[in-house]
Amino acid sequence: MVGELTWRKRLLGLWMPLAVFGVVALFPFTWMAATSLKTNAELYDPKAMPLTIRHPSLVHYIDLLRETNFLTWIANTMLVAVVATGISLLLGTMLAYPLARMRFRGAPLLAITVAVTYLVPQSLLFVPMADLIGRLKLGNTLSAVMLTYPTLLVPFIAWLLMGYFKTVPKELEEQALIDGASRWRAMTRVILPLCMPGFISAGIFAFTLAQNEFLYALLFLSRSDVRTVPIGVVGELIRGDAFYWGQLMAGALLGSVPVALIYSFFVKYYVAGLTAGAVKG
Amino acid sequence: MSPVVEASRAAALESRAYRPVAVRRLREFIERESVFSWLILTPPVLFLLAFLGYPFFYGVYLSFFRREVAGPPTFVGLGNFVTLMNDPIFWQSVGNTVKFTGAATILKAFGGLGMALVMNQNFKFKAITRAALLLPFIVPTVLSTVAWQWIFDPGLGLFNRLLVESGLAKTGPSWLGTPTMAMISVIMVNTWRGLPFFGISILAGLQTIPVEQHESATIDGAGTWDRFRHVTLPSLLPVIFIVTTFSIILTFFDFQLVYVLTGGGPANSTHLMATYAYSLSMGAGQMGLGSAVALSMVPVLGLLLVLLTFYVRKE
Repeated sequence: MVGELTWRKRLLGLWMPLAVFGVVALFPFTWMAATSLKTNAELYDPKAMPLTIRHPSLVHYIDLLRETNFLTWIANTMLVAVVATGISLLLGTMLAYPLARMRFRGAPLLAITVAVTYLVPQSLLFVPMADLIGRLKLGNTLSAVMLTYPTLLVPFIAWLLMGYFKTVPKELEEQALIDGASRWRAMTRVILPLCMPGFISAGIFAFTLAQNEFLYALLFLSRSDVRTVPIGVVGELIRGDAFYWGQLMAGALLGSVPVALIYSFFVKYYVAGLTAGAVKG
Repeated sequence: MSPVVEASRAAALESRAYRPVAVRRLREFIERESVFSWLILTPPVLFLLAFLGYPFFYGVYLSFFRREVAGPPTFVGLGNFVTLMNDPIFWQSVGNTVKFTGAATILKAFGGLGMALVMNQNFKFKAITRAALLLPFIVPTVLSTVAWQWIFDPGLGLFNRLLVESGLAKTGPSWLGTPTMAMISVIMVNTWRGLPFFGISILAGLQTIPVEQHESATIDGAGTWDRFRHVTLPSLLPVIFIVTTFSIILTFFDFQLVYVLTGGGPANSTHLMATYAYSLSMGAGQMGLGSAVALSMVPVLGLLLVLLTFYVRKE
């Protein structure tokens, strides 16, 4: 009797709502996959069931790779994300370390500025940014986005890392200084190695954000061979009013795979980065 | 540091042994907390000044000029803002932004709270479930938005096919074709994408509530609802407040979702301030006017930041 009651409670309180959340979260991906694997004849047949596939075919994937610069876009996206993440981790660490562990003039003001810049949205800055990139003659180069993405990432990384840097006890550093190490050595040899989880969290988060970015890529990269995946897919697979849904979905799916793979390996760190702000305050 | 570097440093120190005092002074100077701090801080601060500070103030400067595609810019003072005040599309985009942000945030907050409460139970494969539910948030927005555009397709899209197939409707609605439906649709996609962020953050908050609090409330005779109202909710409020503020900022300034899904249409009914700023400055070449639209969002951001700061201080 009791067992049956808890079973019903589990069904209503756990499994059913969980199924609803799961279906809502995942059905667009199923639809993407189903579309990308159908031939055009089946895709545009109003009588065919939308979510089943009668004649699976890779034709859209083959066309995508043959007719567009998709592989170049993937390579560009990876390169940009790696470089932007690297620059941002370096600058973010340089910003966060003194703010988290040192006392110096201007520290409170700088800390507030970092927090504010973290929340300044892109759509506020893109008009002057486009002008600036134009004047630096960086239009249609990957350097344009490699330089501008860190402006989005550095404040966030610094903010996240400050939390990690603060958790290392002050005594460790003092001991190193007493032993004759310089501040630089204490930092690079003692403190920073202890903050590896923080670096992984910040790195994964920055990497996915860089892969995701759209507005600056849209503004700065108009030539096909310098485009990243998001801007390539939207800019070139939608030709005028004609939609090549099979290829679009193949592109959207292939473009999501690298992010999803990296994310699935480091999901723990990603969630830590995501919730750090909200839970720690 | 590699042994080679160390050896070369030792050699360098030795070669300068004839002025040990100066070297020692320099080292002592660098070792001072404030000097060391600023030495490290200078590169990132300069970078942010050049690529965040400068564009911001340059944007303010631009907003005082009228600049068409061709021809030199002319100073118009607050003329661009006056133009906007009399521009019905600007006001429409302000209204749209408020509606979009308000509706999407409420849906995400309640949906996210629900997701967190469901996820806060013990069950098998919890880690995988959490990872899967977070997918909409991590997949590049533009790519999932393109999929949604296909879901909304009036003739062959998933929604209308299912509606027709199941006999619920003869022909489904035009999801992106009428002003009301288009607004509902963009709100739906934004909610789909952002809900997991709320869910996972609130879940993390839930897990910090000590079990003893629930146990003692149960002993005191509190039912499920009472426990939720008097134990769970109060301890979740800080998390909910911060996540909501973050989300409002992200949603209010959203660009890519609307840009891809509707381009602001039909008849400007889904134009947000960000997409309107884009179409003015990039589409029509009116940089000054576009900057002015973007700057009109600053007071909202300022207000939210002040709220957030006060709240964090109070905590």
